[in-house]
Amino acid sequence: MSEESFIAPDFGSDEPTGRKLAIICSKGNLDMAYPGLILGNAALGEGVQVDLFFTFWGFDMIMTERADDMAFSPAGNAAMRLPVGNLRMPQSLAPAPGMTALATRMLKKSIADIGVPTVPEFLDQIVASGGRLWACRMSADMFHVDKEDLRDDVQAIISASDFIEMTEGAQLLFI
Amino acid sequence: MPVTTIAGRQVHVDAEGFLTEYDEWDESLAPVLAKAIGIELTERHLEVVRFLRKDFLEQKETATTRRVQAVGGIPVKEQFALFPAKPGKKMAYIAGLPKPKGCV
Repeated sequence: MSEESFIAPDFGSDEPTGRKLAIICSKGNLDMAYPGLILGNAALGEGVQVDLFFTFWGFDMIMTERADDMAFSPAGNAAMRLPVGNLRMPQSLAPAPGMTALATRMLKKSIADIGVPTVPEFLDQIVASGGRLWACRMSADMFHVDKEDLRDDVQAIISASDFIEMTEGAQLLFI
Repeated sequence: MPVTTIAGRQVHVDAEGFLTEYDEWDESLAPVLAKAIGIELTERHLEVVRFLRKDFLEQKETATTRRVQAVGGIPVKEQFALFPAKPGKKMAYIAGLPKPKGCV
């Protein structure tokens, strides 16, 4: 029996698969930063081309001064449970002073405990894996933000139509 | 689990071809497995493989690309260069380990 006769996994070719994923990140709450990062990173690991477009509050993810300072609030989140007893957290507690800081600390710890990186480190990994980051023109104008306020590895500030044009044929996720 | 013969040796594999028994792998299999998925093994590839083997013993699961960088010290970018397109699965396969289960 020759060496080549055994069954090896079919990983496809090393060339891009042709599959493309476009992810629009529009949220600035810490918990809503992660879905796009996790799915984008997973897609890159499967040989999929990934472009992320940051718009509106999602801009915080690529702003050097804000990316590590994103927060999580239990306000309006009916699924929020207390750390013990599987009890729903009363919404009346959510606006209490210090609650956002407390909830943010808890969420950051939960994320770090399972070995998942912070938002800036996660974006480092996505770029190292070949993912591309794009900033929204309108959001930049609206927030008076320019390229110097953004991570160095953001490709460019582009219009929505530029992004739609460049991601022709891509599967699209709006988060 | 099916049994197949790789480099003259009987090993257990899953339906995709990943080895299923940790102890049935040794380093002499690595170049054969690598070649089967189109990779010419170098010493640097082997450094990654050795980290994965050692880490699996401690963690009981296959390290993700993130962990190979954070704990193993091999940058993600380099992992993509060494194991093109699908580094997580390719390095696990060559190391005779299951596919990584972690999301990140």
